[in-house]
Amino acid sequence: MITLSIFTNIHQWLLGLLQNELGVHILELTLIALAYLGLFAIIGLLLVWLERRVAGFFQLRLGPNRVGPIGLFQTLADALKLVSKELTGTDQADKFLYRLAPYFVIVTALISMSIIPFSQEIQVFDINIGVFFFISISSLGVIGIFLAGWSSNNKYSLIGGMRTGIQMVSYELSVGMVIVTMVILSGTLQISQIIALQQHTWFIFQGHISALIAFMVMMIAATAETNRTPFDLVEAESELGAGFHTEYSGMNFAYFFLAEFINMFLSAAIIVVLFFGGWLSPFGITAGIPFMGIFWFTIKVTGIIFLFMWFRWTFPRLRVDQILTLEWKYLLPINMVNIVLMALLVWLGLTF
Amino acid sequence: MSYLSDITGGIKSLLAGMSVTGKYFFVNLITRKDVITVEYPDNLDTLKMYDRFRGEVVMWHNENNEHRCTGCQACERACPNGSIEIIWKKELNPETGKSKRAIDSHIYHLGMCTMCGLCIESCPTDAIDWGQDFHHTTYDRTQLTKVLNKPGSKIISGTKE
Repeated sequence: MITLSIFTNIHQWLLGLLQNELGVHILELTLIALAYLGLFAIIGLLLVWLERRVAGFFQLRLGPNRVGPIGLFQTLADALKLVSKELTGTDQADKFLYRLAPYFVIVTALISMSIIPFSQEIQVFDINIGVFFFISISSLGVIGIFLAGWSSNNKYSLIGGMRTGIQMVSYELSVGMVIVTMVILSGTLQISQIIALQQHTWFIFQGHISALIAFMVMMIAATAETNRTPFDLVEAESELGAGFHTEYSGMNFAYFFLAEFINMFLSAAIIVVLFFGGWLSPFGITAGIPFMGIFWFTIKVTGIIFLFMWFRWTFPRLRVDQILTLEWKYLLPINMVNIVLMALLVWLGLTF
Repeated sequence: MSYLSDITGGIKSLLAGMSVTGKYFFVNLITRKDVITVEYPDNLDTLKMYDRFRGEVVMWHNENNEHRCTGCQACERACPNGSIEIIWKKELNPETGKSKRAIDSHIYHLGMCTMCGLCIESCPTDAIDWGQDFHHTTYDRTQLTKVLNKPGSKIISGTKE
């Protein structure tokens, strides 16, 4: 649990107020859950806004700039519209799975958010198998997409869902192997320790050649994991309607949409943790100031997310066979060689 | 060894693509030079529609409140959906003592008009032309029926039919 002094003080205050250890724990868990739900919505809405603005500038447009300052509340207005819409469904759908699927996607995204360190000790769940926990939970999200595709009883949805299966099974492997590469360098799976080890040099400089290759592979694999444009044949608009969420409307659709952007945030966050020192400031310039970690973490994550968006508005979509070729014939062998290279670097002490 | 050259070539081409789009992004983010978005209600002061824009049919009048419409009804006949009605009258010319045909009112139903432009093409004296105004929204449909000739206007003397 959170151990920063201000939070310890709140804990002590609540304990004095309620005189009941169990009650305080339940209250704290509820408060944290509510805070994360709020954060979830804020991050999702901000990222949708950012995506639209960035897309605008890439395409010589301006993007949404009417609602609120520089259009910040545009996505909030869109979300309110989606809340007010009717939840339609197909007649022949598998009703239970059809309703379950969006929650599957969003709950897995929420669970994996619990291990993201926003700043020093602002991390809900610092489990000792942190990154392993992350890849195992984020792999569960694909089940939601799969269920949505299957239960909609729609050809487009089904094809979209099946394509997800192909893509996720393939690129899950790359993400896993990149994480193995970086774990060889760090020697620990715990997120807080991984960041502590980067106190002097970030891992991308510590592991130099090998870490750079791992970073490039991770960027490709994370783009594929989050179903973003070069790899968005899951919901390829020009081919499949809207892919797996063709039959969803209103808030159910918004859940998929939000989860997609939260997954992008999570991928960016894990890349920042593994390669760019998490919430650490560059050269330790703000090391003494509390809560500056949030600032640096946000800056770094936004940078990585901007790279994702840059990919999206530059590269054309891959075909299914090209996606599989890229993963199994290129990324996987590169990863295998890279793991050996990283092991050699660590063994021979060539890391910084 | 085409495998390794494939990888390096792929990375090079991806970076080339990203440099192109990145240039557009940062140039537009900083200077807004090439942005083609028209921020419509804010730019009303400087907004100028193009000459060929088809906003509505207007009748040209000179400074003496004179127009060139002879009331020949060519536009009324050319209009495919009856958006134009011409009410004409006989007018006595005091100099020659002959009565001559002239318009009383040139009625234009903007609500029905499809902006096909056949009336303007068919006009033998170029009396009607395209106007560039496009703020036609009203709360009442009857306001879309317009009389194109201004009250008290006359035909320019010497206009040939």
